[in-house]
This record gives sequence, C-alpha cells and structure tokens, in this order.
Amino acid sequence: MSGEHASSPVAAQVRHVEALLEERGWLAPGEVDERIDAFAAGGSPAHGAAIVARAWTDPGYRERLLADGNAAIAELGYSMGGALQEQKLTVMANGPDEHHVVVCTLCSCYPIALLGPSPGWYKSEAYRSRVVRDPRGVLREFGVELPATTRITVWDASAESRYLVLPRRPDGTDGLGEEELAGLVTRKGLIGTALV
Amino acid sequence: MPDRFVAGDRVRTRIADPPGHTRLPRYARGARGEIVATAGHHPLADERARGLGSAPRAVYHVRFPASELFGDGEHAVVVELWEDYLEPDGSRS
Repeated sequence: MSGEHASSPVAAQVRHVEALLEERGWLAPGEVDERIDAFAAGGSPAHGAAIVARAWTDPGYRERLLADGNAAIAELGYSMGGALQEQKLTVMANGPDEHHVVVCTLCSCYPIALLGPSPGWYKSEAYRSRVVRDPRGVLREFGVELPATTRITVWDASAESRYLVLPRRPDGTDGLGEEELAGLVTRKGLIGTALV
Repeated sequence: MPDRFVAGDRVRTRIADPPGHTRLPRYARGARGEIVATAGHHPLADERARGLGSAPRAVYHVRFPASELFGDGEHAVVVELWEDYLEPDGSRS
C-alpha cells in the first residue's frame, strides 16, 4: 500500500499472479477490480458529513455517537460491515483543548463506508510516517494552525478499529439546518487534517 | 479467557521483532503506555497472516506519550494492539 506502489516489485508479482490465475480460468479478467469497487461501493464522505451534522444539532445523538459509534451510525442507516466482519467505529470529538487526527502507519486502514475511498496523501509514506512523529508540523502543512495549548492525539488504525473525527461546529452557524451543516464538512475534517 | 487488561492499566509493549507479519508498529515497540479501552476481540493478525487458526482475543486502544515513543514531543499516540503484544508494566515513570 506504500508510496511507489504501481512500480514496486510486489505490484509486479501481484500482476503476474493475477495473470496466471486468469490464464487458468480461476479468475475472470477485471474480477479483482470489480471486487474492490463492490467493497468501496456506497461509501462516501457525505455519510460522515451527515453523521457530524446530526451530532452538531442533537446533543443526545452526539453522546451516543461518542459512546458507541456503530450503534449511533446504524440509527442513520449506516454500517461498518462490508469487510470480513463488522469493524468497530470509534468517534473522537475535537474541541478547543483537544484535536484528534487519524492515520494508519502500517498500511492504509480507513473507514471506507463513511468516507469513500481514501485520498492519495493518506496512503503516502510521508503522511504515515510523519504525522505520528510531528502532528503539529504536518497539520500546519495542511493549513491547520492549532493553539499551543491544544493537545493533539494521533490515532493509529493499526488493527481492527476504524476512526472518525467529529470536528467542532464552526462559529456563526446557529441558523443553519442539518443539511446545510453537512455541506460544510470536508473529508479532511473527518480525518482531522482540517478543522471542519 | 477473561481479558488480561482493563482501562487504566499500565502496560509495556514487546520489543521482539517477529520474523513475519505483525501489527505492532516498530515505533511502538518496547514502549510504556496506558490502556484507554478494550476495542473488541479478534483473531491475532500475526497468526492469520500465516494461515494459522487463531482464537479471538482482546484488542486494546493504548495511549502513549510522544516522549515515550520518540524521546520528545507533547502529543500522544493511541495505537490499537492485541493483548499478545502487551505485558503489565510494574515500573513507574
């Protein structure tokens, strides 16, 4: 899953194995891509944004979301199923004193159901290796300047859980409805590399 | 089997570099941290990667101060770790 993936020796080996499987009729051409598409199908950052907007407008929902992510997203019709088993969803709320940011240092684990396919930078070696070591510096490169008093926690998706950041609701949005609020939320905000 | 750890327990990660697949990141080896929560029960990735049967066992969110992992830094890193990677940490920092 790392950096120079398409040209790596491992990628060449994988292509070779795929070709042999196709030659023997065990795998239809394009089947691997179809399976990947099916796995990613239906996943979209709009889902994560809808969850955040609900949490911003309904304090009870926010509490349930932070206590049990899987049960709370099910209320809105979403699920962390689709892989071999349902993945546990942990949601962390950003606040004035605490900022959360998500990475997978070992590969590129990511909540596809709620965010769609992951962006290229999330899978890059630069992001994966640097954000655990110097999150404040990496966030600054994303244009996020946090007060020195804000504690930063980096969540490494190193096993079976997936993580979603609940950004702070921006000031001056009191008059907005849930749908408009959802429109403010970005994919980066849900990973923690943007404020919203 | 009951879980070996509960939230608040102080633990230390193993230091050994296994020959095959593992999901204990290198930067978090031999480090002292604190259990935040149990994150469910899953077969050990190390054994599954070798095609071995593996019983589900506890996986934890473990919080490490950056200074413990890297020697400096003000932030914290939460890593998700199987209980096989952890030992109780009797020492006090």
